[in-house]
Amino acid sequence: MSLDQQPIVSRNPSPAAPPAPGADAVLVARDLSVWYGSTQALRGVSIAIPRNRITALIGPSGCGKSTLLRCFNRMNDLIPGFRMEGQLGFDGDPVAGPEVDPVTLRRRVGMVFQKPNPFPKTVYHNVAWGARINGYTGDLDELVERSLRRAALWDEVKDKLNRSGLDLSGGQQQRLCIARTLAVEPEVILMDEPCSALDPISTARVEDLMEDLKAEYTIVIVTHNMQQARRVSDMTACLMLDEARGNGHRPGVLAEFSPTDVLFTTPKDPRTEAYITGRIG
Amino acid sequence: MTQSPQTTPISPEPPPRRSWAGRSRLQSAQEFVVPPLIFVCALITVLTTVGIVFVLGLETVRFFRVAGIGLFEFLGGATLNPKADPPRYGILPLLWGTFVIAFGSSLIALPIGLLSAIFLSEYAPRGLRAVLKPALELLAGIPTIVYGYLALLLVTPVLKAVLEPAIRVEFYNALSACIVVGVMIIPMVSSLSEDVLSAVPRGLREAAYGLGATKFEVATRVVLPAGLSGVLASFLLAISRAVGETMAVLLAAGVKPQIVLNPLRSVETMTAYIVNVMKGEAAVGSAEHLSLYAVGMALFAITLAMNIVSGIILKHFREEYE
Ligand SMILES: Nc1ncnc2c1ncn2[C@@H]1O[C@H](COP(=O)(O)OP(=O)(O)O)[C@@H](O)[C@H]1O
Ligand SMILES: [Mg+2]
Repeated sequence: MSLDQQPIVSRNPSPAAPPAPGADAVLVARDLSVWYGSTQALRGVSIAIPRNRITALIGPSGCGKSTLLRCFNRMNDLIPGFRMEGQLGFDGDPVAGPEVDPVTLRRRVGMVFQKPNPFPKTVYHNVAWGARINGYTGDLDELVERSLRRAALWDEVKDKLNRSGLDLSGGQQQRLCIARTLAVEPEVILMDEPCSALDPISTARVEDLMEDLKAEYTIVIVTHNMQQARRVSDMTACLMLDEARGNGHRPGVLAEFSPTDVLFTTPKDPRTEAYITGRIG
Repeated sequence: MTQSPQTTPISPEPPPRRSWAGRSRLQSAQEFVVPPLIFVCALITVLTTVGIVFVLGLETVRFFRVAGIGLFEFLGGATLNPKADPPRYGILPLLWGTFVIAFGSSLIALPIGLLSAIFLSEYAPRGLRAVLKPALELLAGIPTIVYGYLALLLVTPVLKAVLEPAIRVEFYNALSACIVVGVMIIPMVSSLSEDVLSAVPRGLREAAYGLGATKFEVATRVVLPAGLSGVLASFLLAISRAVGETMAVLLAAGVKPQIVLNPLRSVETMTAYIVNVMKGEAAVGSAEHLSLYAVGMALFAITLAMNIVSGIILKHFREEYE
């Protein structure tokens, strides 16, 4: 990745992406383009994610929602052939570039994945794992309990802390993964379709949880469920597939980024309107 | 069909008829012919095993009768010398020799094999891995007699050049056998462990990276524990291979049944003893000749015990990690 990174001033986001009123931007992408090998996944995305808000990323599948999300904690670095251009900022500091340590960044920008992926360890060690490797010096027992309480899972697992995390139900596993992320005390939580593998009741619990977490964390959630985006998010970004390029592949572009109620009631972009009314995707 | 999405009446015409050929007679016959065939194959395998153990047991009993010794004398005897008067049939020197080779070669193969597996699965770029893995597996394809030659013609001379005259190195010595057997079994550990480590789901690695783990932490604290049962299985397989290894050990370590700590001296393993007796001039039916069945039985018991222990270990870890 060769990028001459300029520090991005968080309070001065790109004009294409107005932040929500009363909130400054935590994560900023400016003119971001991403390739996997020779296929372009994103083209010219500029967005400023506001602090202490829930921002939803919606759009048809393959339009680069996960790609955009995974740029913010440099998870894409692990994919062979990944390449990006443009600028990415977190709290005013650059995200990409050789001088940035992705390990430190990922502790501050946590991630919850589509498929619940607890470690094959006990519930306790699942939560304590990240804290341990990051050199947490406080009381681990207390941290585990606090994180599980924050993730609204404590009451269900307090008697099974020594059972394998894999023995829990899918919804509990996902909340365990959230607790594990909370335990390293990140500032941002990226969620990639966190409810797509869950039943409606578990989904509702995770959504309630997100609402609670909003006061302390910035949350970015990818969802293919437009009702969910409407229910939980303050801001919504709608990504779209661009017109076909040379090789017939269609990169993702940001069609619209607005407050959620605006986007769903009076979308400015015709493609957004087509998507949310079910005519695309 | 050109209908507007608003008014979608239920289609009046019936759905198009599809044609189903059904199953041919041959395909139906498979259902009746194949299972008995598989059963017969399984039966042959089981009967062969049972037959071998039965013959082994029978001849072992005959050995004890002909040699006129008890089980305790055999298992607890520290001297093995069929030519002595009276002949001595203590198996301890052979157990010792086998143990030394298995232990020494494991000391070489387990760490190197495991580290190569971790390197291949976690660190090596795809291209390098595509070259290195088959190259390592090639080591397993070299005939064991070649390893024996290597021990005699390369390893032992090098040991002599380095250590002598300060320390005497016998021409047949346990160390050079350990080295070549160790190299021989590296691919068992590296290849099997690599398969297991690579099979650890990507989601677990991503979870760990997402929490701010370094590559090393991901490898040692997520991937390795998750694949531990498979890694241990590869260890046990490699060790039993070392226990059963014959040709290379026979050539490199010699046929001197003695209990010595010094790895630069000759030892005799159970396998080497069996070959040695078979190609010797012991008359068929004599106590010396029959002793190879008793030793074979002991070898079988050890391998069986190792398999049982490995089964227990695997089960234990599977419960903990899956
Ligand atoms: N690891 C990968 N390697 C190659 N191409 C990928 C990879 N991940 C995603 N892509 C491609 O990038 C595009 C965007 O994918 P993704 O970000 O997963 O979309 P979404 O999450 O919106 O469904 C798709 O065309 C997809 O095929
Ligand atoms: Mg996705």
